[in-house]
Amino acid sequence: MPAQSIWTLLSWGPDGWSDDIVYGALITVALALATLPIGLTIGFFIALAKQSEEPSLRLAANIYTTVFRGLPELVTLFLFFFGVPILLQHLIRYFRPEATIDVNSFVAGMIVLALIFSSYASEVFLSAFRAIPKGQYEGGYAIGLSYGQTMRLVIVPQLLRIAFPGLENCWLSLLKDTSLVSVVGLAETLRNAGVAARVTKHSFLFYGVAALVFLALAVVSSFATSAILRSLGKREAQR
Amino acid sequence: MSATATMIERPPPRARGWPRRRVVGYGLVCLWIAFGLGIVSYLFFAWNAAFFAKYAPAYLQGLGVTLALVSISMVLGAILSVPVAYGRMSRNRILSGLAYCYVYFFRGTPLLVQTFLVYYGLGSFRPQLQMIGLWDFFKDAFNCGVFAFALNTAAYQAEILRGAIESVPKGQWEGAASLGLHKLQTLRKIILPQALVVALRPYGNELILMVKASAIVAIITVYDLMGNAKLAFANSFDIQSYIWVALVYLVMVELLRHAIEWIERRITIHLKR
Repeated sequence: MPAQSIWTLLSWGPDGWSDDIVYGALITVALALATLPIGLTIGFFIALAKQSEEPSLRLAANIYTTVFRGLPELVTLFLFFFGVPILLQHLIRYFRPEATIDVNSFVAGMIVLALIFSSYASEVFLSAFRAIPKGQYEGGYAIGLSYGQTMRLVIVPQLLRIAFPGLENCWLSLLKDTSLVSVVGLAETLRNAGVAARVTKHSFLFYGVAALVFLALAVVSSFATSAILRSLGKREAQR
Repeated sequence: MSATATMIERPPPRARGWPRRRVVGYGLVCLWIAFGLGIVSYLFFAWNAAFFAKYAPAYLQGLGVTLALVSISMVLGAILSVPVAYGRMSRNRILSGLAYCYVYFFRGTPLLVQTFLVYYGLGSFRPQLQMIGLWDFFKDAFNCGVFAFALNTAAYQAEILRGAIESVPKGQWEGAASLGLHKLQTLRKIILPQALVVALRPYGNELILMVKASAIVAIITVYDLMGNAKLAFANSFDIQSYIWVALVYLVMVELLRHAIEWIERRITIHLKR
């Protein structure tokens, strides 16, 4: 086999690996984007529970964040990826003994990353809740809004603006954590780069490319978030 | 007296009965209790003396490897973070640009990718490394893990150090300069004692993050805590191998977290009012 030049290896098409790595990058982005809304929603409700007056709600939310912030991401992923099929297998055996269950690595990754993301995001939301003065709630009630309306119309718009920088950090670490899902076989950036590295024996090149892909994603998202922040600021100024 | 007593506003009575949030809260707590009991009873019924006898020593050894990895790379990272933080704060464009790129690269890419880059990637340069005699170092997965982790945590620690030093007001520098202390003395006697109080909490968080992140060296065949769990699972297909390791990590992280909180309470006693 003649030694291929680096440019052939990085070309698009059957000889090169660029198409595989770009496809992997798309999976990475899709995984992160699919996790984001679930994680934000759970994180918001966890923060709501944490600042509630009801001790049992606070306790339940604190257990949640202690567990999912205390466990290494990889352990959570493996527990979920290997544990849930066993659990479901036991349950489903009562109904259909011959059925077997396989967890899709994308779905497993999505759920695990959402659990982790939400426990970090809940801390951000919680500190944002604490930054909103009590008078905002009281003002809302005073003009006759219900609790839900006060939340939706008065608190949440301010909350999002305060929480935004913290959530940006959570998003960046989510983007990086997606690389862990390659370990359970999801064909995302790192895994495709690893395949390329093993086939071509150019490990440094392809892992370097994977690193650059993640770096590029971080740069793009920092541009996107600063654009969002600017538009939020504009809307603030118009009032 | 009785007139003033009636003026005092009483706190609102506690919510009685079963409002919806209490029902939800009790339900969730019951769910957690059921979950915990489920895990405990699973571990009880799945108790396997042979499994335990075979893997418990390996887990203990793995714990040692994990602790060694984390402590060595934390210390190396702390040493390496000093020049990086210096570069970040320097007024020299080139120096600060280089330090910024270093920090941006190591904070912008996943630690797993960095570890692969060191462990598999440096294999591409085997002849060159052999020539300068470093190959024996990079042949070993543990060394590669320490190398990658130290570089990674140095970037984070440099930012912590920079943030802490910049949090000390400028007047402190000026005051020291007017007393005739030179820069190094000022840093050692005036700035660092104040900065390190600020830095304690982020350093503690970084330590916890490192303990958690250390699990990924299992992927590059280091037999740390997670590596032994992977081995045990691969041999026995018994999910309790991961449950045990999860419990060990959870206890470790909680202990560290409480220890850091205790230290912080102790050293900020003079700031309490």
